[in-house]
Amino acid sequence: MLYSEIVMDHFMNPRNVGTLDDADGIGEVGNAKCGDIMRIYLKIDNDTITDVKFETFGCGSAIASSSMATEMIKGKPLADALTLTNKAVAEALDGLPAHKLHCSVLAEEAIKDAIKNYYDTHNIEYDPAQFKESGHSHEH
Amino acid sequence: MKVYADNAATTKMSRSAIDAMLPYMEEVFGNPSSLYTIGQEAAEAVYKAREKFAKALGCTVNEIYFTSGGSEADNQAIRSAAEIGAKRNKKHIISTTFEHHAVLHTLDKLQTEGFDITYLDVHENGLVTAEQVAEAIRPDTCLVTIMYANNEIGTVQPIREIGALCREKKITFHTDAVQAIGHIPVNVKEDNIDMLSLSAHKFHGPKGVGVLYVRKGVYISNLIQGGAQERGKRGGTENVPGIMGAAAAIEEAVKNLGENSEKLLKLRERLIDGLLEIPHSVLNGDRNSRLPGNVNICFEGIEGESLLLLLDAKGISASSGSACTSGSLDPSHVLLAIGRPHEIAHGSLRLSLSEENTEEEIEYIVSEVPKVVYYLRNMSPVWRDLQEGKKDYVIQ
Repeated sequence: MLYSEIVMDHFMNPRNVGTLDDADGIGEVGNAKCGDIMRIYLKIDNDTITDVKFETFGCGSAIASSSMATEMIKGKPLADALTLTNKAVAEALDGLPAHKLHCSVLAEEAIKDAIKNYYDTHNIEYDPAQFKESGHSHEH
Repeated sequence: MKVYADNAATTKMSRSAIDAMLPYMEEVFGNPSSLYTIGQEAAEAVYKAREKFAKALGCTVNEIYFTSGGSEADNQAIRSAAEIGAKRNKKHIISTTFEHHAVLHTLDKLQTEGFDITYLDVHENGLVTAEQVAEAIRPDTCLVTIMYANNEIGTVQPIREIGALCREKKITFHTDAVQAIGHIPVNVKEDNIDMLSLSAHKFHGPKGVGVLYVRKGVYISNLIQGGAQERGKRGGTENVPGIMGAAAAIEEAVKNLGENSEKLLKLRERLIDGLLEIPHSVLNGDRNSRLPGNVNICFEGIEGESLLLLLDAKGISASSGSACTSGSLDPSHVLLAIGRPHEIAHGSLRLSLSEENTEEEIEYIVSEVPKVVYYLRNMSPVWRDLQEGKKDYVIQ
């Protein structure tokens, strides 16, 4: 099989799919031209992620990575969410095929983008170095 | 329900093809080059298989060369024409942008070796015309290679006209007919074809067996050096069981071609009509000049790999031109060639039918595909933007 059982489970039964009408931060990475877009909605209360939803246009591993990453940050302090790495997402999924690893990168970047959006829209000061442009959201 | 709808990828072997192979594994296992009885029996069997292919294509037995498959046949045909072209200082080749990679990558290699390749643009309906070929011909053109029918969108090219033009201009004409043979009538003489590639596993024969037809008088060189097999043009002990299975398969396919295509056309039309009821979907390739079993549709707002995985979970085996299924970042070069934008090409679904598919299976596909498309659209940020008017639909 191309994908692990965990990937297939998160793809077939994705957690946290949807939108949040009163989101405090929204992040989006990827582009349709490359075949994957991830959008993350965050509800933040007292520096903690109280709710998270995602929408993804993409392959099985993109949907599974979104699902797993949102599970990993739900209920966590923002500081923890900011340290989530694509490697941790891929490991939690019991691995991704080499040519699909960029899906886990997208998940990490989408979360960071949503947190940055929260800081920006709520006039919260932050260290811009935390959100280094990786270039993945641009065209390949 | 289990529905296999990826017959352009490969087909299930027919019972008669399997039965034709078995004796040549267990009993007549001799090497056709050997002098003793079971060797000579194998040689005779291969000759009879060659006769069946000659009959199916409308040529003579000495114009049939067995290969390991369609890709090898394509490589050998193009390499041979290039070699003779180079000797005559003719290093220009005409092809199209939507050929199979066995052709495209061979041409890429020739380009690095100093050949000039003209890739004809394919019209939005998935067709090229003989006029385009005529305009591209130059004094130094040594080869025209254009596929008979496209493997993804099933469009059938005007091969007879292109062949007539090449014959008139004395230019070698090769066609990759891997998707056409056994599915639509092909006659190499009537179609003015100099070289043709086919593959047995596309018409219920075994994998690993192909044929290169080469018209008498047209030069070919070896890809594989070795013994005197295939009149010295392809070294290596013949794949006797495979060749026997392939011959049984082609005989059966040609015999039933009329009946099968009539049945397939009905299934195909029902499937196309059923799937196009999904809003913002479009058929890829001309509806009429098309293989009887091919359906290829783009659905806006979704990605093909997730579509395939969900269909697989429902027992439906299909294919897509999305980048994720091609293992590259770009979606299908065929869909891009007919002008589909990247984001639309990612959302394609190819269903390729065989005569074994039933009306019941088609109704099952027609009922399941929309559910999967709507499910994926519901979690797609692209679809949301389209629905909310933030972006314009590409497919109306």
